[in-house]
Amino acid sequence: MSLLAVEHLDVRHGLLQAVRGVSFAIERGETIALVGANGAGKTTLLRAIAGAHPVAGGRVTFNGAEVTKAPSYQRVGFGIALVPEGRRLFAQMSVEENLTLARAAGRAGAWTIEAVMEAFPNLRARRHARAGTLSGGEQQATAIGRALMTNPELLMLDEVSLGLSPLVVERVYASLQILLTSGTTIILVEQDLSRALRVSGRVLCMLEGKIVLEGRAADLTREQVTEAYFGLGKAGREAILP
Amino acid sequence: MIWFNQIVQGVLLGGYYALIACGLSFMYSVMGIINIAHGSFAVLAAYALFVLADRFGVSPFLGLLLVLPAMAVIGWALQRLILQRSARAGVLVPILSTFGLSIVIDNLLFEQFGADTRSLAPYIGSFSYDSWSLTDDIDVGYLSVLVFAAAVVVLGSLHFFLSRTPLGRAIRATSEDPDTVGLVGINARRVNAIATAIAMATVGLAGAALAMRATFDPYAGGPHLIFAFEAAVIGGAGSLWGTLLGGVVLGVAQNIGAQINPQGFFIAGHAVFLAVLFARLYLGGRGSLLLSTLGRRA
Amino acid sequence: MNLDNITVERWSRLSIGSVAASVAVILLLAAGPRLFDANVIDQLTTLFIYVILAVTWNALAGYGGLVSIGQQAFFGLGAYGAVRLADAGVSVYVALVLSALVVGLVALPISAFMLRLRTGEFAIGMWVVAALTHLLVNLDTLVRGETGTSLIALNAYAAETRHALTYWTALGGMTAMLGILFALLRSPLGAAVQAIRDDDDAAASVGVRVMRTKRIIFVLAAVGIALAGALWLATTITFQPKTYFSVQWTAYMIFMVLVGGLGTFEGPILGAVIFFAIEAWFGQTGVWYLVGLGAAALSFALFLPRGIWGWVDAHVGLRLLPVGRTLRMPLGASEARDQIPRFRGG
Repeated sequence: MSLLAVEHLDVRHGLLQAVRGVSFAIERGETIALVGANGAGKTTLLRAIAGAHPVAGGRVTFNGAEVTKAPSYQRVGFGIALVPEGRRLFAQMSVEENLTLARAAGRAGAWTIEAVMEAFPNLRARRHARAGTLSGGEQQATAIGRALMTNPELLMLDEVSLGLSPLVVERVYASLQILLTSGTTIILVEQDLSRALRVSGRVLCMLEGKIVLEGRAADLTREQVTEAYFGLGKAGREAILP
Repeated sequence: MIWFNQIVQGVLLGGYYALIACGLSFMYSVMGIINIAHGSFAVLAAYALFVLADRFGVSPFLGLLLVLPAMAVIGWALQRLILQRSARAGVLVPILSTFGLSIVIDNLLFEQFGADTRSLAPYIGSFSYDSWSLTDDIDVGYLSVLVFAAAVVVLGSLHFFLSRTPLGRAIRATSEDPDTVGLVGINARRVNAIATAIAMATVGLAGAALAMRATFDPYAGGPHLIFAFEAAVIGGAGSLWGTLLGGVVLGVAQNIGAQINPQGFFIAGHAVFLAVLFARLYLGGRGSLLLSTLGRRA
Repeated sequence: MNLDNITVERWSRLSIGSVAASVAVILLLAAGPRLFDANVIDQLTTLFIYVILAVTWNALAGYGGLVSIGQQAFFGLGAYGAVRLADAGVSVYVALVLSALVVGLVALPISAFMLRLRTGEFAIGMWVVAALTHLLVNLDTLVRGETGTSLIALNAYAAETRHALTYWTALGGMTAMLGILFALLRSPLGAAVQAIRDDDDAAASVGVRVMRTKRIIFVLAAVGIALAGALWLATTITFQPKTYFSVQWTAYMIFMVLVGGLGTFEGPILGAVIFFAIEAWFGQTGVWYLVGLGAAALSFALFLPRGIWGWVDAHVGLRLLPVGRTLRMPLGASEARDQIPRFRGG
């Protein structure tokens, strides 16, 4: 049984159809890279899976149970965690407070504040600092840590490298190594194609709300993904023609 | 020495203002909603205590044991049925809906109780006028001190609650970003309903204080809303303690004004409010927050 | 899509007809005192005053986005000003109009200050202004506190003449308010209003002078309500501050605008008519009538914030008066009206 199954998902963003009939499944322990140009629907898809965005049609199944109608705070309880685009930290609260909030999810597990500090050592010194005063990299680390504190089975990371310098991105991914190799199921959205292909087991490429390419990272070349990304190949043409 | 006595009375009056203001500013900073029916709810609580005392002989202090939980439940219902919906519909709707609600409450109270002014003072025996004589001119009433103390306790408890407890943290987080709190497992709707329940409980307490210290009638809600608002604005942004300061400034100004002219009580209060508003707007810039006690509402 | 042939229409056949009909109605009403008996004239005067109240509150809230719980300040000031001017020797009916204009001047500095507040704070802040104004007016010995005074100068006229003059002044005032608002909405100010309603900052970024627009609306609303207050004084003759500065007036205004249609041109007029009818039938039931008003305002705010006219407008697309713009695309494409809701101004 797949950990997460998405079937014919339709999600609207205002008047725009952001996700069109998307279907895929993820097995426990996989790392999936979700790639695509801006506006392809990646963020909306992740938010819909997390329950932060209402679904217009289709189903989301997690651990065999249908969660399509469940609100986000419930899905966190089931084990779905999202590190949202732009971090969305609670700026007026300290790092430690941001992390302890996640205890509301009520899920026991290996992730504690100490564990998060171990995974992201740069946070130790900033433990009691207000989240709004942190640097980009520290904020990203806090946001990931906050999601981890809910002890999720599925962790989704939306553009963790956004707004960060290359050096900082390296450090963030280095910290993520533990996760990536630990057997946590991960979906990550990443603009850097090389990195995406390097860290993931499978790649899903989206274009204008549809999945236009799906395959194992090892089997795909950069060229194939780039073509699908920009809609240059057959799959892309099919996607943009009405 | 008369002036000094007026200042002392003003400070104690400030305790009452802080008490009625804290619910208003708490709701504003948590949910961004100014509840126009705030004063009307205080008067509602006052009438409830009055009925318990007048018809059932229950002392108002004991009556609070019933009324405070009832107010909390009313707060919960208010959030779930009216405010939640209003907040979604835009900035104007909460004002319009709570205004409509205040008209309904005021006039239902008038329908039920008529225009007579009432008071809870007769039901608390001599407590309503017993006082310590500090000097020949300065009398400090037991009740006034009690209300002031209650305000300090409520403000302090709220402060502690918000900064140290998980629920308090959840309330703060929800007020900052109600969309993202779901992602950490917090039910924003439930949290807001609890916050409103807490706010309404403080309103109930304020209603009791109002009714014991003075008289009230069905239409007293509006004036007391204005007092609460003025105290909250004068106190300004920052900690909840600003509300206490605001209340004291308002009370003192009013009492000094009363010495000059019978209407001076109210005129001085409004004048000080407008002066502080003026100073804050022109010296602090347009972005300055007037009411937020959690420091953040946009 | 051929963008060359899109035209912007301001008038439709329906709106031309409606404006013509409105003018005809106004002319008919002008002949009122000759056609109707004194009772009907009085009722119509009251109706005109309600229309002025509704239309001005709608201008403030529906167009300016400014909800004020303190408009009774200007209502009372208008009446007070008329009392003072008449006392100073100004001819009564001139005093009514002059008072409204003076209140407009007073509103200017108030606007400079109050408009800097945000929505909720502005709402209650205006209530504070109303309360303070009430207190200050009470200090005037001419008014004698809550006992009040009367506009005795009105007694110089015979009853019938008085009723007719008041009627015409009310009709004139109402027509003027409607006319000014109509013209404003069709001018660039109207587009500015729509932009501000949608998004303050975005409007400012395309050059809309947000503060200036709001100030104009604020002052205009003050003048309108002051005129209504002065007219109310002319009908009741007595001036008791408590009555004029009561927040009840705001309750009436909110009811009329919410039920009729916030932000539409025709809505407040409909709301005034409905309020007039309800008051005629239920006003005597005392407090239950007020409870009903409040409950109606609450319900409309929650469930139908755009009011009856707004609902009609959304479902049927009925626009009687041409305050907006309609995009028409050439043959072949369906009318742009339905596809792009935001492109309808006003």
